[in-house]
Amino acid sequence: MTTPTRTEQDLGTDIAGGVGESPLRPDGTLKVKGEFAYSSDLWLTGMLWGATLRSPHPSARIRSIDITEAVRTDGVYAVLTHDDIPGDNRFGLEHADQPVLAGDVIRYQGEPVAIVAADHPETARRAVAKIVVDYEVHEPLVDAERAAFDVNAPALHEGGNVLRYLPIRKGDPDATAEVVVHGEYEVGMQDQAFLGPESGLAVPADDGGVDLYVATQWLHVDQKQLCRVLGMPAGKVRLSLAGVGGAFGAREDLSMQAHACLLALHTGRPVKMVYSREESFFGHVHRHPATMRYEHGATRDGRLVYVKAQIILDGGAYASSTPAVVANAATLGVGPYKVKNVVVDCYGVYTNNPPCGAMRGFGAVQAAFGYESQMDKLAAELGMDPVEVRNRNALHEGATMPTGQVVDSAAPVAELLRRVKAMPLPPETSTSDDGYDLRLLPGGVSNTTHGEGVRRGVGYAIGIKNVCFSEGFDDYSTARVTLKVTGGDAVATVHTAAAEVGQGLVTVQQQIARTELGVEQVVIQPADTGVGSGGSTSASRQTYVTGGAVKAACEQVRARVLRQAAKTLDLPASQLRLHAGKLVSADEAVVAAVVDVLGDETITETVTWRHRPTYELDEKTGQGNAHVQYAFAAHRAVVDVDVELGLVRVVQLDCAQDVGKAMNPDAVVGQIHGGSAQGLGLAVMEEIQVSGGVVRNPSFTDYLIPTILDMPPMRVDVLELADPHAPYGLRGVGEPPTISSTPAIVAAIRHATGADLTRVPVQPHHITGTH
Amino acid sequence: MRVRCTVNGERQEIDDVWEGESLLYALRERMGLPGSKNACEQGECGSCTVYLDGTPVCACLVAAGQAHDRDVVTVEGLADEGELHPVQQAFLDAGAVQCGFCTPGLLVATHDLLEREPQPSDPEIREALAGNLCRCTGYEKILDAVRQAATAKAGQE
Repeated sequence: MTTPTRTEQDLGTDIAGGVGESPLRPDGTLKVKGEFAYSSDLWLTGMLWGATLRSPHPSARIRSIDITEAVRTDGVYAVLTHDDIPGDNRFGLEHADQPVLAGDVIRYQGEPVAIVAADHPETARRAVAKIVVDYEVHEPLVDAERAAFDVNAPALHEGGNVLRYLPIRKGDPDATAEVVVHGEYEVGMQDQAFLGPESGLAVPADDGGVDLYVATQWLHVDQKQLCRVLGMPAGKVRLSLAGVGGAFGAREDLSMQAHACLLALHTGRPVKMVYSREESFFGHVHRHPATMRYEHGATRDGRLVYVKAQIILDGGAYASSTPAVVANAATLGVGPYKVKNVVVDCYGVYTNNPPCGAMRGFGAVQAAFGYESQMDKLAAELGMDPVEVRNRNALHEGATMPTGQVVDSAAPVAELLRRVKAMPLPPETSTSDDGYDLRLLPGGVSNTTHGEGVRRGVGYAIGIKNVCFSEGFDDYSTARVTLKVTGGDAVATVHTAAAEVGQGLVTVQQQIARTELGVEQVVIQPADTGVGSGGSTSASRQTYVTGGAVKAACEQVRARVLRQAAKTLDLPASQLRLHAGKLVSADEAVVAAVVDVLGDETITETVTWRHRPTYELDEKTGQGNAHVQYAFAAHRAVVDVDVELGLVRVVQLDCAQDVGKAMNPDAVVGQIHGGSAQGLGLAVMEEIQVSGGVVRNPSFTDYLIPTILDMPPMRVDVLELADPHAPYGLRGVGEPPTISSTPAIVAAIRHATGADLTRVPVQPHHITGTH
Repeated sequence: MRVRCTVNGERQEIDDVWEGESLLYALRERMGLPGSKNACEQGECGSCTVYLDGTPVCACLVAAGQAHDRDVVTVEGLADEGELHPVQQAFLDAGAVQCGFCTPGLLVATHDLLEREPQPSDPEIREALAGNLCRCTGYEKILDAVRQAATAKAGQE
């Protein structure tokens, strides 16, 4: 036996940019130079432009479609209708109930009817305008409550209009209490309003298949649906992720994917489709509007005895992810509180309104506005501090959810509230030293007040969100990790199909590989369907699940390196570890460099990784261990309200969130900022206004999202209470801050005005009581 | 029609431009400069902000023909010989870039702000950037980036 050479090398510091640090994003330089290729930037010689004809009516029957004039237009290469779909003319995430191109029935305004490919986008749009559709217009079903309960309402789909009904029953349904508060609440339809419009490039391939470069949240679920529509096997429908300009749930469903592929395959030429902002409002699903009736019963000392709730979610014309949204709203419907007796009835229904599905917070947002409004109402009824009433009922580790599921990791509800309450408040008035500053007042430079009629208010809220997919869904991700020597250095390559949508998953993947393999250079390959599914970039799950997969694949690669080194060095592998590109023995001596152990060899491991299983809910009682993990965030909002005009300025918005482990602290804070801003939008400005099934404001002129003037400064406090079940102890980060932001702001407006605000977004007339 | 202009210091000549085409379309689809972004194409989001003869404009609201014989600078023209401009570096360092779709417009708008007001106050930053929508960041790190860029530029001069 030979003794391995021992060098007197300093082990050195850890590889920089690992887990827990905040290295810069690998795509950041391209993004600031304007060179990052988003899905709308793609270009190929000879490519055509696609355009879509959409129904102007929310409910109609198509008598005929005449494409004659459109086809005759110079520069037009194809005009396709439902007759031209080679496979099944249906798609959908959970239920394939949505036509790719409407056959005979129109179920919402904006439903695609025909598609055109032409050599210039304007030519395509003009050809679309020449298609003549004869519609028999029907009265739309637009009242979600009617859809839920009126058996005489016209059924939009076979099986009726109730897409999912989920009851939750816990304890005594007839429990009574000393103090009872009732409330009815509404949430308007919010839009994800990502900035990068739906777009992509479909390229017909020599093998008769198609390559699609697209911005999406889940390549493989797109692929699965496209195969069905195109009548092709998965091997012939290959997807690559193009640059994604934000997602927030709106890219979970298909938009232009099938249309671009159909046109490309039909014309034999690459086809690019890019939605305008107006079309984008019709091209993706929105956040479900909700009507919620709550009854909270409590003891005089503020302990909840029971909660009863009825939650109706308007799913619009097609299923999308409504069933899962129903599950979230129902199972999280009483919030992060211990309640012995619970009766929740949650409905997701079909109407002729725009289809609704995934948006950040996914059902938990709507419920939180209901239950947090109720907690404030209960506090007022009891004459108790709103934070104190929450503390007395706060969920904690070991407590039981309304579903019977025991919370088996940290649930620092009271602690998060304590932290936001302890943060310093902003100065009493929003005036500068030399008097008022219009920019700091409600109404801003519109010069509507110099401080008169302005009242300050402070509000609190806390929310709960499930992380990862629930209810027994086979939720997994795949990672392929390769380690080899390139240019004298050990370089790791990570390949997944998980979608980077701006949140920084590519950065986190690099960090994990650096930490697990001790190498500095980590290349992230473009996401595509050439590797197994990464699952959806939604449900705050990617760092957990794809992060888990990357970690597991790195561990396998590492084990092989150690085995190989053990063989060469004639040492037990168990006594070796990898550290900063070196192999270190049990007595902390450097025994070899990774590059020497690897030599010319390439080590590749592909791992499919799953989180612990979840289970279905009992359909009569809603009982079951449906969720993988719970996540919590709390907000405190400070507002100034011009009570005469009903104008609101959010002065400060502070947040405390438990993230288990801050994998990348700067990115975590960025998620909290951005999520909170979307909650602010829902609180005071954002709503797709739908009347008679028709969208009234499909533009950024009329649908307002927060600007830098609307967003106040934020203090953010990040807790790291590890979840022992999760990789690195991490907890999903993206959604919780969107949930509690909205009710905290509305609570602050109520505090400032005394108005009984029951609907978001809050509009001026809700505050002034005028119409 | 034929349009001739200078973009990022280079002469550009494009043919067969349809009268209804925007400067944004011409840059993105005819000149191979897709850095300026197409988020709303109605002048609300600012993601297509470019300099036109030194004045920041929404390229989506300018007809391509209006740029004839004029000087355009886009996000692709901010970096100097491969070296990031301090504004670009600050956005990167501050974590002000998530999806990045608003970034090109914000960079041009910030570049312009700091030319006019090298040490802006927070209210001045907010006012100057109010025409640039961002959906990812909640703007906090954008404010950080502008403050950092102002400091970095001051150090350079």
